[in-house]
Amino acid sequence: MNNLAQIIQDLDLNLLTEQKDFSDIQIPAGYTSDLLSCVIAGAPSQGVWVTIQAHLNIIAVAALLELNAIIITEGALPDDATIAKANEEGISLFNTKRNSFWVVGKLWELGINAE
Amino acid sequence: MTDEEAENISRVEELAYEIKISEVMNASTITLTPDMHMSEVVEIFRKNRISGAPVLSSTGNLVGILSMEDLIRCLIDSDLKASINKYMTTKLITVLNTDPLVEALKKFVATNYGRLLVVDKEQKLAGIITKGDINRGLLSALEYDFQTEEVKKYRASHLFDDIESNRTSLILRYQIKQGDFTHGGQASSNIKRALIRLGASKQIARRCGIAVYEAEMNLIIHTTEGGAMRVEIETNQITIDAYDSGPGIKDVQLALKAGFSTANESVREMGFGAGMGLINISRCVDQMKLDSVYGKGTRLKMRLFLDHDHSNSGLEIDSEERN
Repeated sequence: MNNLAQIIQDLDLNLLTEQKDFSDIQIPAGYTSDLLSCVIAGAPSQGVWVTIQAHLNIIAVAALLELNAIIITEGALPDDATIAKANEEGISLFNTKRNSFWVVGKLWELGINAE
Repeated sequence: MTDEEAENISRVEELAYEIKISEVMNASTITLTPDMHMSEVVEIFRKNRISGAPVLSSTGNLVGILSMEDLIRCLIDSDLKASINKYMTTKLITVLNTDPLVEALKKFVATNYGRLLVVDKEQKLAGIITKGDINRGLLSALEYDFQTEEVKKYRASHLFDDIESNRTSLILRYQIKQGDFTHGGQASSNIKRALIRLGASKQIARRCGIAVYEAEMNLIIHTTEGGAMRVEIETNQITIDAYDSGPGIKDVQLALKAGFSTANESVREMGFGAGMGLINISRCVDQMKLDSVYGKGTRLKMRLFLDHDHSNSGLEIDSEERN
């Protein structure tokens, strides 16, 4: 299992929510899709979700599934309300200029696999 | 502090701003007077297991602080007969008792001292604060946050035991507005929390949360005037009822097919409209019934059984449309 600090460093992720001790957060597995219902059906609890979606509802989905982190790809930027909601729910939000395929590939190299 | 730093405030940091120094400091401080002998200090430090103490004049004014280091200097000089006056530190680092903890933290970082003198508005000694006091203060505040939730959980979990009837149930109702994506997921999140507080397992809370979320989003996305959710919690089952007054589903069998969706383009861009909502619900509940009259409205009834007898009963899907 990998901790989130390692992932942030290796993928050079941009943190959007509040600073935490990310080395304490273990990521057991990952999931990617931009369709929320698919995420609900497939994303593993405590996992990381890679998506291009950046609107408020991704937080509701992540909170429902108790995900640790969302990586928003291709430079998409969530609005302040989304970031505030993520902080409230304790979900870490990141973004990156890279696309989802690149991010998932890197995560897999790090040993973050599908459940 | 830069804007960027200000954005990254965690709960502990928040608490460092909320908690006052007076709340965590040690107010019953042992004090020394300038004319005491250094030999007495050895005894006082040993007896009270402390490594420093403030020095007050006969009128009660703060005049210095004496630490273990000062005592060691005195021991090296073999000068235990000298008075405190000679060895105490008079350059005082103080914090105000009404200041937030963060002020003390800043001074600890800036000075590398183990303890700070706390004074009141009149610069009179109010107490002493150590890094340990700060840690304890923060921990008990965090524990308080945690306990408040635990107490709510405890009270709620006894609800069903405390009330006697032939059949007790708790009913939660939520109004869902059409197009209100900003609050999408709020009802499911509230219901999930309620279930956890009532003592439901994480598994049940998750299944119920998912079913309610999908039903809630259906009301937001597909209705003309929104709808309502009614969740009835009993000791043996949870019954969820999501209903609206239109427009109704044209072809119920088609709506139940994986991948079929009538969501418009703008909703799909947000990631909805995968055509998996009802499928997700069916995976999470033990029974579901979709009842719709095109032009009138839709009613989706879902049930989760909480006793183990039903856990392998398989899903019963029942649907109807009336034109």
